This record gives sequence, C-alpha cells and structure tokens, in this order.
Amino acid sequence: MNKTPDNNPSRPSLPPPAADAAEAAMEEALGAHGSAADRGARLLKPSGRRGGIPAEPHSPLALDSPPIAHPVFHCKDVNMFYGAKQALKNITLDVAPRQVLAMIGPSGCGKSTFLRCLNRMNDTIPNTRTTGTITLDGQDIFAPEVDVAQLRARIGMVFQKPNPFPKSIFENVAYGPRIHGMTRSRAELDEIVCSSLTRAGLWDEVKDRLNAPGTGLSGGQQQRLCIARTIAVQPEVILMDEPCSALDPVATARVEDLIDELRAQYAIVIVTHSMQQAARVSQRTAYFHLGELIEIGETDRIFTNPRHRLTEDYITGRFG
Amino acid sequence: MSSRRTLRKLTNVVALVLSGIATAIGLFFLAAILWTLVKNGVAGLSVALFTQMTPPPGSAGGLLNAIYGSVVMTVIGILIGGPIGMLAGTYLAEYGRTARISALIRFVNDVLLSAPSIIIGLFVYELLVVRMGHFSAIAGAVALAIIAMPVIVRTTEDMLNLVPQGMKDASTAMGAYTWRTVTSVIYPAARSGIVTGLLLAVARISGETAPLLFTALNNQFWSSNLGAPMANLPVVIFQFALSPYPNWQQLAWSGALIITVSILVLSIAARIAVSSFTKGRH
Ligand SMILES: Nc1ncnc2c1ncn2[C@@H]1O[C@H](COP(=O)(O)OP(=O)(O)O)[C@@H](O)[C@H]1O
Ligand SMILES: [Mg+2]
Repeated sequence: MNKTPDNNPSRPSLPPPAADAAEAAMEEALGAHGSAADRGARLLKPSGRRGGIPAEPHSPLALDSPPIAHPVFHCKDVNMFYGAKQALKNITLDVAPRQVLAMIGPSGCGKSTFLRCLNRMNDTIPNTRTTGTITLDGQDIFAPEVDVAQLRARIGMVFQKPNPFPKSIFENVAYGPRIHGMTRSRAELDEIVCSSLTRAGLWDEVKDRLNAPGTGLSGGQQQRLCIARTIAVQPEVILMDEPCSALDPVATARVEDLIDELRAQYAIVIVTHSMQQAARVSQRTAYFHLGELIEIGETDRIFTNPRHRLTEDYITGRFG
Repeated sequence: MSSRRTLRKLTNVVALVLSGIATAIGLFFLAAILWTLVKNGVAGLSVALFTQMTPPPGSAGGLLNAIYGSVVMTVIGILIGGPIGMLAGTYLAEYGRTARISALIRFVNDVLLSAPSIIIGLFVYELLVVRMGHFSAIAGAVALAIIAMPVIVRTTEDMLNLVPQGMKDASTAMGAYTWRTVTSVIYPAARSGIVTGLLLAVARISGETAPLLFTALNNQFWSSNLGAPMANLPVVIFQFALSPYPNWQQLAWSGALIITVSILVLSIAARIAVSSFTKGRH
C-alpha cells in the first residue's frame, strides 16, 4: 500500500517535481528521457497525435514496466464515439489481477467513458460506437456470441452517486444473487448477504435492520451497501467511478480501506479526481487527457517521475 | 428613472388585480356549481338511492343498477386499458426512448388524449355495437378503456422517467436484462406514480357520457350481463335530467353528486399518492 503523507491538503503532497520548482522540475522531468535538443526536434516535427499533444518516443504501454503477465482486461486501440464526437482515441492498456488501477485526468477526458467500455455500459447510450479490442480473461467482450448481461454479471460497478434500489437493505444485496439464480435456498442467500455486508464493512451497522429501506442509510453507508451488492455476485473485477466524490472524509477513508481489502481478491479499476486518493489506493495509475491515454505505470513512478509533460502538469496541479 | 419604477410598480399592481379577478371568477363558478349540486343532490340522498333500481316516471326508486353498471364498466375499462397503457408507457420510457416510432406513438397518443370522447363512442359503436347487433356493457367498457389508455400511457412514461437513471444503470450493470430491471427496480420505484396515473384515468372515465350513450346505452333493470345493455350513472343522469318528471330530475341531481364526490375522493387520493411518491424520492 502506498500511503503518501498528506501535509498539504490542497495539492497532492508528492515528492518533487513540486509546483514551486516548476521550471526546474519540468527540465528535469523532460531530461529524463530526452535532451533539450531532442525536445526541440520533437517540437519542430509535426505531431504524430491529434489534439496537439506532443508525440512521445514510445507508446504509453511501452513505457509501462514490467508488462502485465495475465491481464484481466486487455484493451487495444479502443476508440469510442458519441455520435460524431470521438471521446476515446486509441486506448491501449492492461488491467492486472489483484491490483488497483487508478484512472486520473482532467474532467471530460474520457475516464468514465473508458470505464463504461469495460462492461459495455456504453451500449445503453444511443448513437455510440466502440472500435478496437477489449478482452476479459482472454475473451473478446464484443464477440457476437457474448451475452452482454452475463458479461456484466462478471464485472461489478460502483457509481459516483450511491444508488441503492428502492428495496430493503437485505433485498439490495440479494438482488444480484436472485437475478442470476445463484442460490438454491434461503439459508444460502442469507449467508451471501451476511458475508457481503461483512466484507463491505457494513454488517455491524445494519444487522439489526436488514428489512429497513436501503435509501434510509447515510451516504457513506449507501455506498458501502452498493459495494456489498456488487461483491454479492462474486464478480471478477470491480469498476468504480469516483466512488467517494459524494462522501465526507470519514466515509471516504472507510471506502478506501475497503478497496484496499478487496484488492486481495479482485482487480479494481477506479476513476478518481483526487490524486491523493489515487496515490493512496492504487498500485498503477493511468493518466488520460482529451480522450487519450498519455501515460500509465506504477503509481509511485507516475507521481515521482512522470515521463510526460502533461502528466507532470496535472499532478503538480498546474491545470485540471 | 423613478417614473420607470412607478410604471413598473403600477403594471405589477394591475397584473395582480387582473389575475386576482380572474381567479375569483373561476372560483366563483366552481363554488356555484358545487353549491347547486350539493343543494339539489343532498335532498335526494336516501338509503333507497343505493338499494333500489331506476324507477319508471312518478314512482319511487334509486340508482343501484346505474351505480353498479358504472363501477363494472369503469373497472373493466381500467382492466383493459391499464395494462395496455402501462406496457406502452414502459416501452416509450425504457425500451424505445429514442426510437423513431416512439415519437410517432407519443404524437398519436397526444391526439387520442385530446380526442372528443363522442368520437371514441362512435368508433366503438361501429366496431362492436354494429357487429354484435345490440348495445352492451362490454362495448361500453371498451370505449372507456380507449379513453383511459392515453392518460395511462402518458403518466406511466412520465413516472418511469422520474426514476433516477443511476438506479436503472446499477441494475443493468449487475447483469439484469431490461425486463428484470423494469419489473424489479423501476416499477417498485415508480409504484405510487403509476397508481396515481390509474386513479386519474378512473376519474377521467367515470363521468364520461357520450361514449356510453353509443355503446352501453342504458337499462332500466338490474343487469350483470356484459353482453347486454347496462345502466350507468352518466347516461341515467343525462336521460333523467332532460325528462319532465320531478322524481327523475331529483335522481339525476343525486347521481351527479355521487359522481362528483367520487371523483373528488379519487383526485385527493391521487394527490396524496403523488406527494408520498415525490417525498419518498428524497
Ligand atoms: N452520454 C454522452 N453523450 C455525449 N457525449 C458524452 C456523453 N458522456 C460523456 N460525453 C463526452 O465525452 C467526453 C468524456 O466524458 P467522460 O468520460 O464523462 O469524462 P470524465 O469521466 O473523464 O470526466 C466529454 O467530452 C463528455 O462531454
Ligand atoms: Mg466521470
């Protein structure tokens, strides 16, 4: 686990390059993989990418070391369009098992869109189109024989806003097992509900009122209920889209602890707008910018030694 | 500057006064109607009203067969129109929200919503009465169903659209098929809203006269045969009110009072359901 001390809450308290030493830091960071002359040459050459982002000598995945041996998700050249508007451009990345991958970047850069590609939730939005390959455990998720509902059952998703169903706490957690016919007896269902709530750290708080409506819980409890609901169907991977953005700091800390525990069993992809959170909970971090994946790598490395200037600008708080 | 201010203030006062007067006029007529209805209707309220059949001119009687007929045809009308309307509303809100045919369906539904009910009556007359060769309660119920349907389509779609997208997405992301999301998550979330729509539809059809005149017609006697003409409050009121017989006129007043009070009760129930619905969502 990568607990970075938070001395300065307004900005991620990261090792240099710090914002104060902006110029020097930038020189240093860029110097890490190219001389000033190289840099000049690159700037003079026409950009290889759209959107005016300077071309990098290597693709983002090539910068990632070591490569992921048995990725849960393997994404290659994923492009995604809302109507005519392209929201994702040639995203290539792997999601490793039993690890947390954080996705950061300025708002509107396509993090949520990419997350929704992974469980094909973008299919539910009219006029969208996705190209490229995404495999889950080696199986193409866009293959015609894939049943989308069954695919989604293997992938848990936790949303930005806690969204419990208008049902009791018990029925919220029992929903997934029920719709997938996972249990044969009531005792079995009770067992799943109990263990899911326990793992979500909610059992002690709700065990006396399992029949109370889920919507009556506090925001943080609701989000943990949603996590319990998600893990009740034993997914292979959990996608989280800014799961703490509607929560207070105490509830956030609880959910982060939970993510850290769940990592032992699941691959987790988490979108976050908080770089401190990315630094605290993730092992790898991907930085998105205007629909492109700029850089992906070990979280420690991304925050201490970003290889791309855009990444550095973002993590030092210079924009976004 | 200050003259502009004065002008604005003056305009405001004039607008206030005018809208106040308009409101007063509206309320006055409403009160006058209710008062006339209560004054004339209450005089005829008796046990016999609810226990005896519509009488011949000059003799004593009640409205039992008409009340029964109205209830039966309204219930059957909702039983036919309710499920069809709910399913159509569900299609519009959840399946074909952006489909081109949905725009067409919404348009046709709005036309149907504002179609004069006498047209519906004539349509069912051609469709059922002419073919069966006689008036019947079932034809009346079908006419009422056709009138209720667009109301239910509309309210169902509106109420389903009020269910937060996040809740629907959560179910979809768990791997639920759409029908499962609809029945297990969306309907329960929108339940009181949908019930409200049904109540409003009942209120809408329980006073309809024209379509029943062409379909169920009337029946002086007790009849529970759906294939035969059946008495009902609106047509009885229509017929009795136009008659020269004082006892019939009195029954018409009392029947009108019964319908008005039932619609009032239904509307209040619907309002309570709506407020509990919107409250439950926060
Ligand atoms: N349903 C949608 N229809 C059209 N455009 C969308 C939709 N959702 C997102 N976008 C656009 O796609 C881009 C990426 O959005 P999103 O993935 O939500 O960004 P992020 O989660 O990184 O803030 C944005 O420009 C946004 O406006
Ligand atoms: Mg987002």
